[in-house]
Amino acid sequence: MDFIGGKLLQVVIAIAIFAAVIGIIMLVVDRAPKSVKDRVTVAGFLAPAAILMLVGLVYPAVRTSMLAFTDASGQGNGFDNFVWMFTQPEALATLRNTVIWTVLVPLLSTSFGLAYAVFIDKARGERVLKSLVFMPMAISFVGAGIIWKLVYDYRGPGIEQTGVINFIRAALGMDPKQFLLDAPENTLFLIIVMVWIQTGFAMVILSAAIKGVPVELIEAARLDGANAWQQFRNVTVPGIRGALVVVLTTITIATLKVFDIVRTMTAGNYDTSVVANEMYTQAFRAGEPGRGAALALILFLMVLPIVVYNARVLRKQREIH
Amino acid sequence: MTATPAPKEASTVPTRQRPGSDPTEDAQPIMRRVKTKLTSKWATAAAIIIAVVWSVPTFGLLVTSFRPAPKQVGPRSNGWWNAFLDWDFTFKNYVDVVTPAGSQSANLSQYFVNSIAIVIPVTIFVLVLASMAAYVFAWGKFKGRDALFIFVFALQIIPLQMALIPLLQFFTQTLHLPAGSYAQLWIAHTMFGLPLGIFLLHNFISEIPGEVIEAARVDGAGHSTIFWRIILPLSVPALASLAIFQFLWVWNDLLVALVFSGGTADVAPITQRLAEISGTRGARDYLNPAAAFVSIIVPLLVFFGLQRYFVRGLLSGGLKG
Repeated sequence: MDFIGGKLLQVVIAIAIFAAVIGIIMLVVDRAPKSVKDRVTVAGFLAPAAILMLVGLVYPAVRTSMLAFTDASGQGNGFDNFVWMFTQPEALATLRNTVIWTVLVPLLSTSFGLAYAVFIDKARGERVLKSLVFMPMAISFVGAGIIWKLVYDYRGPGIEQTGVINFIRAALGMDPKQFLLDAPENTLFLIIVMVWIQTGFAMVILSAAIKGVPVELIEAARLDGANAWQQFRNVTVPGIRGALVVVLTTITIATLKVFDIVRTMTAGNYDTSVVANEMYTQAFRAGEPGRGAALALILFLMVLPIVVYNARVLRKQREIH
Repeated sequence: MTATPAPKEASTVPTRQRPGSDPTEDAQPIMRRVKTKLTSKWATAAAIIIAVVWSVPTFGLLVTSFRPAPKQVGPRSNGWWNAFLDWDFTFKNYVDVVTPAGSQSANLSQYFVNSIAIVIPVTIFVLVLASMAAYVFAWGKFKGRDALFIFVFALQIIPLQMALIPLLQFFTQTLHLPAGSYAQLWIAHTMFGLPLGIFLLHNFISEIPGEVIEAARVDGAGHSTIFWRIILPLSVPALASLAIFQFLWVWNDLLVALVFSGGTADVAPITQRLAEISGTRGARDYLNPAAAFVSIIVPLLVFFGLQRYFVRGLLSGGLKG
């Protein structure tokens, strides 16, 4: 266990350096002459985060955008990478899969999460039931990949099945299925894993939002003779619209960037690749950083409308403040 | 989603008599209440079924991780549920997975320490830097504050994939950070964690009553005093939730680790090792479930121990919609 000592030392030194930097900033802010104090404060408090974000996000995003128009040797090649993306069958399949992912995952996760939140609202054991569905949130995509490989496990027909689903299929007299190999439905089986992870997140947010809907409104609808479904549709759903938008947005962005599930379960083979995974493969495995960058740029363009929409909502909220 | 959602049970509980409400209201909807009880029973049943379906995959992994090797792989293997029929469990898999014995060893203990050494500094860095920036965005006065804040919000969506190639080049060619040290991972994770951190904390910090800050200022407190003595203590719920968020995210990360760790046992986190050993099919496959469980035990503990703060912080500010 002697390796722990050196690692611990690295951690302690890093935190000490960090503390020293912050300490100096605070000292400068406090000692600044009154005339510039406010400006120095803003600069001092903001500078570390701003520099890190500029170097870590803004500059790389610009660089990648430029890289997208170069070939493997770094020479400019115009739109060749994009032509490749929209003409090669494999690249097209990647784009198609990404679209399927971003449509299905947010939709399914949010619907399941909403239904579940409504089902368990004030039910006995609500906290335990919530934890069970929320739990996958804490599990890494890699861990989830291993968990679901076990669920999807396949043995030839006639041999005892070790995967839960194939075991049930066999019990029902069906042939075992190679869930991860058979295109195109294997993409759906990967999507299920992501839905499994994200539903808990949707459920927790929506559950809290539902509890925020005034009881009087529901009571009034009930007295007006609305049945359970009408109460849900006409009172609950409008009451949680904001939370629904947030949940859909967050899950959509997470889905667009999803990488690890595909990576660990099929490595993108058998027609299951998505843009985020293909980007990694092209840039770091196939020696085609230009293609990888072009894929990243497409990913960014796909997320952009969602962000513009949310930024507008955000600005409205700040104006109200 | 064909099942009828449960009506809020609260509506069946007699609410406080409001002035002017009909005193016979309680007697009238007996039939309706019976019906509500029934539908809520169905809803609870549906919720329990969903909870079971959601938990079975993880539970299966847990059971599998305790099964002897020949029961997991090879001709005599069978499904994990058989473990309860012939009651056959062992700790050997876990021992094998964490002890550094033999060249084929998973050697997880070392990677486990790496994960901890990566995640703790990153969490501290992000919390301090994000709260400093959030404080300035909420209470500082400078030109273009709102526009800049929305820009930071928008940074959340730059796909990590876009940032990786230029950032790696920057680290190795410009900064000459040594490969195979934690520094690259710490800095990269901090950079990527900041936009969400600033966003979440800003929502919380901006809702701290202005009078509190004003009063401190009148008493002669400077910005750094206000920040450390007032803002941070009052923001503990939001800080806790961001800490958990950041912890889970960094612990579960694979992509950043793949690019910046260099893949050595000195630095690489447990997810990366897990992806490696689960990617290579071989005679030691039976160790994967135990390895996976070692890797998810810390996030699960953090999650179950602190989920109350996690949820509360998620709901503060922006996410309430």
